[in-house]
Amino acid sequence: MSDFQPIILKNIPDYDKIEVYLKHGGYKALKKALKMKPEEVIEEVKKSGLRGRGGACFPTGLKWSFMPQKTDKPKYLCCNGDESEPASFKDREIFEKNPHQFIEGTLIACWAMGANTAYIYIRGEYYKWIELLQKAINDSYAKGFIGKNIAGSKFSADIYIHRGAGAYICGEETALLNSIEGKRGIPRFKPPFPANYGLWGCPTTINNIETLANIPAIIESGGEWFSKIGEPKHPGSLLYGLSGHVNKPGIYELPSGTLLTELIYKYGGGVKDNKPIKMIIPGGSSMPPLRGDEIEGLKMDNENLKSVNSYIGTAGIVVMNEDTDVVKVIKRITKFYYHESCGQCTPCREGCGWLLKILDRIDKGLGRKEDIELLADVASNIEGNTICAFGEAVAWPVKWAVKKFLPEFEQKVKENISLPIANKVHALRVTYQE
Amino acid sequence: MEIKFTEENLKKLDKAKSHYPKSDAALMPALWLAQEQFGWLSIDVMKYVGSILNIPYEHVLGAAEFYTMYYKKPVGKNHLQVCTNISCMLCGAYDILDYISDKLDIKTGETTQDGKFMLSEAECLGSCGTAPMLQLNNYYEENLTKEKIDNLIEKLSKS
Ligand SMILES: Cc1cc2nc3c(=O)[nH]c(=O)nc-3n(C[C@H](O)[C@H](O)[C@H](O)COP(=O)(O)O)c2cc1C
Ligand code: SF4
Ligand code: FES
Repeated sequence: MSDFQPIILKNIPDYDKIEVYLKHGGYKALKKALKMKPEEVIEEVKKSGLRGRGGACFPTGLKWSFMPQKTDKPKYLCCNGDESEPASFKDREIFEKNPHQFIEGTLIACWAMGANTAYIYIRGEYYKWIELLQKAINDSYAKGFIGKNIAGSKFSADIYIHRGAGAYICGEETALLNSIEGKRGIPRFKPPFPANYGLWGCPTTINNIETLANIPAIIESGGEWFSKIGEPKHPGSLLYGLSGHVNKPGIYELPSGTLLTELIYKYGGGVKDNKPIKMIIPGGSSMPPLRGDEIEGLKMDNENLKSVNSYIGTAGIVVMNEDTDVVKVIKRITKFYYHESCGQCTPCREGCGWLLKILDRIDKGLGRKEDIELLADVASNIEGNTICAFGEAVAWPVKWAVKKFLPEFEQKVKENISLPIANKVHALRVTYQE
Repeated sequence: MEIKFTEENLKKLDKAKSHYPKSDAALMPALWLAQEQFGWLSIDVMKYVGSILNIPYEHVLGAAEFYTMYYKKPVGKNHLQVCTNISCMLCGAYDILDYISDKLDIKTGETTQDGKFMLSEAECLGSCGTAPMLQLNNYYEENLTKEKIDNLIEKLSKS
């Protein structure tokens, strides 16, 4: 698409500075929104078809409309910048290159939902980006866009950064709420949903940073304009992240539904050393992986990815060439989840450990043939049986890697020459104990 | 050493408290301030933070234990945390980790005898596009090569 103009990562020098942002029409959308009724703003966002960029692709306008209008409790907005899903590094790009558009979107969201406080949750490791964003927030306060009587209106809202401290699970929306409250970041049961019972029991909405950064453009140019960009069912641009075996890794903002091959070969400069692709993760480590032979003609958006049994997630794409050891990769991903499980649910807590153990022995050539089936079995016992979607995040990569790359697993089990000895020792020990 | 926030940190804590409707929500910012000032969170530091925010020590401990970035043990002056998650792993992160480990003659999780360096393996740090990478205290070092590491360690050894 040659006529595509980036919505968020515009190629304007110093766009992160408030003066430059203002010179290019910054904070105009906020002023426009403040003249609209909150319901009208929500209606416009609904019309845009914008879907959350945090991974679940939930329609943003609809989510906003769940917030109760009449309530005597304070309402909150939480901006999710935890960004800890391996292979995701897009929100950081927004903090660095276009913080004001995100701040403006946050303020518009606050107005639409009647929230007077927004917390921006940022992973603790992003120290530099917290500093950058805090500077942008201070500048915006100084110009009267945040705080009391925003841009001369009757509306007031504050924005605070809450720094995380190293816990992937805090990206899950209800764990994030607990973390902001100063507690251990463990997910809560749903229902009650945050829109009714969120921060300190008050109505709360959680949105991803990229989701919010899209809002000013939607208000300025209209929901209909936005809905026509990219794939109709998942419209707008996406901040695709390319990493792994590509020549030019990085974040590329392109319309949803951009061809995966185009992303890799045109924008990513092709595969390192020009090798064929063995495996691809399309949207962060928890999304079901794809085989190299599945990518021809594949469009990158949530609906089209379903045809290969995967999802867009955070649009963090990992390219792996033919030399990649699939079992090792899946083992590394599982090790991550094992480390990050909050431990509340038995299937997740125990299952992560089992998966890792089995993968480890397969990788080391000590696996049994039945282990492959056992992997799938453990994974399916986690999926759907947990408090939060972390369960799926652990199960999917294992389950689909086994399905799609079965020969890789079988190979490792067959390679095993020491198997009879290992089994014998095991058997002896069991007999002995008896 | 008496455990007490500096005047400046007390002011920062007051500001943090004003961001939340309940002061116990300021626990995480308070722990950050404490770690900055005292280097790590000893039992006495956690007790102090609890007393100042009116939170039972057990709750402070519970939170501090949950989050990996709060240090429950002293760490070396320069904490090198190499990301070995998938994107970095595919770009040679384990070689980088081994290289540093050999160079400093410490294993992952250990600190050099002079207390200058600590080496850890980290999970994805959101820098996958500039892999391999590591976190050095608060900041990132990206697109690592062996030469870069040589220079970095040389620079840090002198300081
Ligand atoms: C284990 C887990 C981790 C998550 N991590 C993040 C994250 O780092 N950032 C994020 O925006 N959403 C994350 N999410 C999704 C959030 O729960 C939530 O759906 C999202 O922030 C909503 O924003 P959106 O509707 O704008 O996408 C995570 C979900 C799960 C289950
Ligand atoms: S699924 Fe895992 S991470 Fe989520 S609540 Fe249960 S134990 Fe915690
Ligand atoms: S995998 Fe190393 S920074 Fe993401």
